Amino acid sequence: MSAFEYAPAPESRSIVNLQSSYGLFIDGEFVDGDDRRKTISPATEEVLAEVTWAGTADVDRAVKAARRAYTKVWGPMPGAERAKYLFRIARIIAERSRELAVLESLNNGKPIKESRDVDVPLASAHFFYYAGWADKLPYAGFGADPRPLGVAGQVIPWNFPLLMLAWKIAPALAAGNTVVLKPAETTPLTALLFAEICQQADLPPGVVNIVTGAGETGAAIVNHPDVDKVAFTGSTEVGRIIARAVAGTSKKVTLELGGKAANIVFEDAAIDQAVEGIVNGIFFNQGHVCCAGSRLLVQESVADQLLESLKRRMATLRVGDPLDKNTDIGAINSAEQLSRIKTLADVGEGEGADRWSPPCQLPDRGFWFAPTIFTGVSQAHRIAREEIFGPVLSVLTFRTPAEAVEKANNTPYGLSAGIWTEKGSRILAIADQLRAGVVWANTFNKFDPTSPFGGYKESGYGREGGRHGLEAYLAQ
Amino acid sequence: MPSKKKDSAPKSAEAAAAAVPEEPQRTRLAVRKTYKLYVGGAFPRSESGRTYVVADSKGNFVANAAQASRKDARDAVLAARAAFGKWSGATAYNRGQVVYRVAEMLESRRDEFVSLEVPAAEVDAAVDRLVWYAGWTDKIAQVLGGANPVAGPYFNLSSPEPSGIVAIVAPRKPTLLGLVSVIAPVIATGNTCIVISDAPRVAITLAEVLATSDLPGGVVNILTGSAAEIGPWLASHADVNGVDLTGLADAKLAVTLEQAAAETLKRVRRPAAALDWSGDPGLVPMTAFLETKTVWHPKGL
Repeated sequence: MSAFEYAPAPESRSIVNLQSSYGLFIDGEFVDGDDRRKTISPATEEVLAEVTWAGTADVDRAVKAARRAYTKVWGPMPGAERAKYLFRIARIIAERSRELAVLESLNNGKPIKESRDVDVPLASAHFFYYAGWADKLPYAGFGADPRPLGVAGQVIPWNFPLLMLAWKIAPALAAGNTVVLKPAETTPLTALLFAEICQQADLPPGVVNIVTGAGETGAAIVNHPDVDKVAFTGSTEVGRIIARAVAGTSKKVTLELGGKAANIVFEDAAIDQAVEGIVNGIFFNQGHVCCAGSRLLVQESVADQLLESLKRRMATLRVGDPLDKNTDIGAINSAEQLSRIKTLADVGEGEGADRWSPPCQLPDRGFWFAPTIFTGVSQAHRIAREEIFGPVLSVLTFRTPAEAVEKANNTPYGLSAGIWTEKGSRILAIADQLRAGVVWANTFNKFDPTSPFGGYKESGYGREGGRHGLEAYLAQ
Repeated sequence: MPSKKKDSAPKSAEAAAAAVPEEPQRTRLAVRKTYKLYVGGAFPRSESGRTYVVADSKGNFVANAAQASRKDARDAVLAARAAFGKWSGATAYNRGQVVYRVAEMLESRRDEFVSLEVPAAEVDAAVDRLVWYAGWTDKIAQVLGGANPVAGPYFNLSSPEPSGIVAIVAPRKPTLLGLVSVIAPVIATGNTCIVISDAPRVAITLAEVLATSDLPGGVVNILTGSAAEIGPWLASHADVNGVDLTGLADAKLAVTLEQAAAETLKRVRRPAAALDWSGDPGLVPMTAFLETKTVWHPKGL
């Protein structure tokens, strides 16, 4: 079965008011900097705007503004008042959700149905959830009078730009900290729109500072001596550098890093549901998901049947214009990421795994990669060990539950895992044995502000979301 | 005369005693203890064959303690990993019973620790601390975990789980209370550990307590020797998940170890300046080496 022919259904861009150039958001105002860089749409390579790359001096100004706001305004403010600012922000995100969704899809390349239905609503919900904690901190289980840490330096990735911003800023502010946040180099625009939202909410100047830039800007934040807390989401490679950089300081650190999740399908699983879960697990957000189910472990007895269904389902996936409401898979976020995905896929072929993609026409301009599966993958293959961070699934098989667990845990990562079986006791027994921070059983890639998220082992430490997410921003 | 007879009776007894041939004056030669390592439930010598001299507080020689090497550290990691599955999978009730048993065994060796120059009050505090943690094993999950009210038809539960293997540098002082205070929270929560101690007599005597407490071999491994020498091997070992430096007084070494731990993103407890070991430990000694696992499942008819 091939895809139904649908007429194009593009979401209008007119709701987004792009400026030609953006400064840094420091102390409640946009300030110009010297180093301007273009930011593009990965789907078309069209230049969307220019943004400023912050240097060490800019970061220093942002940290000073955050410190001032912490000492004079935000720290002393009663929790109930902080809460109201956060509720306001949650509301404004919801009010401007269409604009944020379109801008996110433009700058990131993700399908509009994801930014519209997942990223933006969850970002608003995250602020709404943590708003309510701001005046209830003594009940959170971190002591009778938990104190904020001070200035939080936060560096976020490009895969969920606005949502990761919400995961970072909401708990930090609820706990009474002020922040300096750097969005990813390729996806600065929704963070800059968020700065505008802070202005609309009358958030006191300096409580939130947004500095755009690349790795050096991030390093300047992490290494700034007046930053009390570092929160980072991104690659394990950079996570190591940060962990080393803060050694011997009193900075508190949380790291949410890479993953190579096993999605385990047992022979008694509901195969059609499992196929939907596998597709969601690896092709959601082009596979640019640290908790993506990038290793499919399928019980040998149902492997052929499952792969046949999976291939049939993959043939119906629509790859293309992120702003089209029917699009399932959008653009790869950058040329650099595309080249990494291509390299690892080529390595997979070179190492002897069988590569398959459905026939699919990719746009001429922009960065694109067809949904791909590799079968005949062994645990030694690089595509079974390294995070590809793209729409590439490695399929391995197993015979016994013990073998499934052993293979699932045979990775330095430990962020997430999936289990598909109709047997309840098996779900609970396997979930107990998987060394991963989030286990999705008969579902995958579900997120909620109340539900803690974060990894075991080299997937990082600390949790975001829920009561647990406050711990990262409170002194104990 | 009766009175004379009475008086003379003891004298005649003394005389009788004196009549026994006098034994040569001799104190019994004590059987000394060999202080070896504690790895995988056994007490091996260091693979390196090295020892170092241990003296008491007056400077008198008391033992040649085993000086652990890199190889011993690696063996200890293997033992700790082998023990992890069973110990972390044991019921919390069972772990509580075992930790309580450690308290019982320590109490019964009170005099021995006092003879090793540990103040009696410190031994008591160490026993009480073990009892405190014994009670935590089946409560910490309820305090830290729970159901999350997600906005959708899903069962969603978060529970704490042990990080894995924790390498611990034991504090020098207070020797016994410090040692117990770093080991107990780590094993109560289901981790296994490798402890570096440079107080061999107290550490290995505690190992004897552990070895007789139904604690499975490998859950606690004790290496005596130099943290500066063995620490970096453990901090950089890819199969170690956490490093506890709370008791480490050498700030420079602490930075080196934290940097080494960064390579595999280990959980690190940094040195605590002026920590009051006798105070309420709070939850941090346990939460430092606990992960949170969240399990989702759809609800439906």
